[in-house]
Amino acid sequence: MATLDIEGLRKSFGVTEVLRQIDLSLIDGEMLVIVGASGCGKSTLLRLVAGLEQPTAGRIVIGGRDVTAFDPSERDIAMVFQNYALYPHMSVFDNMAYGLRIRGLSRGEIARKVEQAAAMLGLDDLLARKPRQLSGGQRQRVAMGRAIVRDPKLFLFDEPLSNLDAKLRVQMRAEIRKLQRRLGVTSLYVTHDQVEAMTLGDRLLILHEGRPAQLATPMEVFEHPADTYVAGFVGSPTMNFLQGRLVQDGTAVALDAGPLVQLQGRRAGDAVMLGIRPEHLTPDAQGLMLAVDLIEPLGSETLVHGRVTGASGETITVKIAGAVAPVETLTVHLQADHAHIFDARTGKRIDPTG
Amino acid sequence: MRRSFNRPDYIAHTILVLGVLLFAFPVWLVFAGSTQDSDAIMRGDLSLMPHLANLSVYPRVLLHGTMGTEPVWHMLLTSFGMAVAIATGKIFISVLSAYAVVFFRFPFRQTAFWLIFVTLMLPVEVRIIPTYAVMAGFGLINTFTGLWVPLIASATATLLFRQVFTAIPDELVEAARIDGAGPLRFLRDIVLPVSGANIAALFVILFVYGWNQYLWPLLVSTDPALDTIVIGIVKMIGQETQTDWSAVMATAVLALLPPVAVVVLMQRWFVAGLTEGEK
Repeated sequence: MATLDIEGLRKSFGVTEVLRQIDLSLIDGEMLVIVGASGCGKSTLLRLVAGLEQPTAGRIVIGGRDVTAFDPSERDIAMVFQNYALYPHMSVFDNMAYGLRIRGLSRGEIARKVEQAAAMLGLDDLLARKPRQLSGGQRQRVAMGRAIVRDPKLFLFDEPLSNLDAKLRVQMRAEIRKLQRRLGVTSLYVTHDQVEAMTLGDRLLILHEGRPAQLATPMEVFEHPADTYVAGFVGSPTMNFLQGRLVQDGTAVALDAGPLVQLQGRRAGDAVMLGIRPEHLTPDAQGLMLAVDLIEPLGSETLVHGRVTGASGETITVKIAGAVAPVETLTVHLQADHAHIFDARTGKRIDPTG
Repeated sequence: MRRSFNRPDYIAHTILVLGVLLFAFPVWLVFAGSTQDSDAIMRGDLSLMPHLANLSVYPRVLLHGTMGTEPVWHMLLTSFGMAVAIATGKIFISVLSAYAVVFFRFPFRQTAFWLIFVTLMLPVEVRIIPTYAVMAGFGLINTFTGLWVPLIASATATLLFRQVFTAIPDELVEAARIDGAGPLRFLRDIVLPVSGANIAALFVILFVYGWNQYLWPLLVSTDPALDTIVIGIVKMIGQETQTDWSAVMATAVLALLPPVAVVVLMQRWFVAGLTEGEK
């Protein structure tokens, strides 16, 4: 158990800058989920912390000890890989015991630790099996067990659930969270799945092209996305964006599509993007006119995909409770108190000035 | 796994039986010939039925040889020792060089690999004179060591192991690094066990290769005590009219047995390896 501090971390492969500037601090026992589209540098960040890659600049400090120059085995970390990376020729027991044997622990101590971890993960009956005799979920547990037995200061998870089927993923997600809380080990968890990110993390780090786009709690990220990238990344279906212009001294947005949206508070700026989630658009007699492209019934709710009529033509998704009869056009009202305003040029969030 | 083709089995069986006959017939002919009178063989009067009463030719060549050669058991032993040394040596060297090429980053790594690769195109015969000179310089002419040492460098095996090692997932290497395994420990605990099936398969091929060596043993030794079984068979065939053909054929049959035994024994081992591995 320990804190993790990352200061000014950069990584380039040749001329390609993968991580541009990362500064982070994790408190003891915290779980930080690193999320982003593929190629955003999230796996590289994890591998730098693990010591599998050397940073171009910056420091990594685990539990107050600068480990930047250390080998992976000296950093007191454990990593769970996407494809589990179990040693195929070793039994479950040996897979978990291997690292302990190298560290020179006594036979009895190894057996005690492995059995303890196996009991925690429900692997007691599988210790003699080889990885190929296990199901995906069981292999995942063994990979977790291999991490647990080492009593590391830091857990690193590299998309550990993406090889599992949907149902097992939900189950393992909950198990990982429970286990991490119970052991109280500081953790970094990399994923591209926003549901995993929202449910697992104490905090989220959203990476965009090697830079942190936002570092905050999941609800904060959802309710106050820092820029249009984060806003579009978190939430499903994705947020709608409408171009407009701040008018009436910054208290309203005149959408290019027509309607004027009154905002709460005063904002500074000119050309803006108005972001609104599909569930905050409601069918109404007047408002935004949409030409409907597709209606997707999901049971308890229905998604209506359409385009704004007129020149601007932004694509819009509306989430409506219950069933919807087929229609050609739909007029929706924007719930203005749920609107997010972003600078059209920089994409940064604009909050009311007072 | 049965194919769903609606084709009767007997066609497949017929083809297989024909194949077996094609390969087994010469061996049978040699075995039948070994039990027959040398004069009859000279006349081309070779019966396909072995004369079982004449099986005594086997103990005779095993213990005494023929036409003044070493006893066959000794030549078999020399061949066996040489083949095992060549196969083991080749595997040892090529595993280490492939391991270096695949898992380490050092300057001219690719150059080193390509240099090894290029030697694939040079047959042994091309470099046999310089090899002989080097061995002579080391004073290894007419020694058992001289029989196998020059043959243990192998570009083919290096290439094969490089492919095998490249197929080992990066995550496995990284997991071992996090577990604290150093390079030699990783080689011993992970790489070698994971490639066990390939090592067994290659051992079989290399053993047979070593067993069949002719040109190099012929050059490097003039001492009859170092004659391999292949050299021995050639020596037995003296002037045609005087050749003890039944003894030659018996020796040929005996020379077949060790490679067959190795194939059969190792096959069980590497099939087990193939079905157990995850790859």
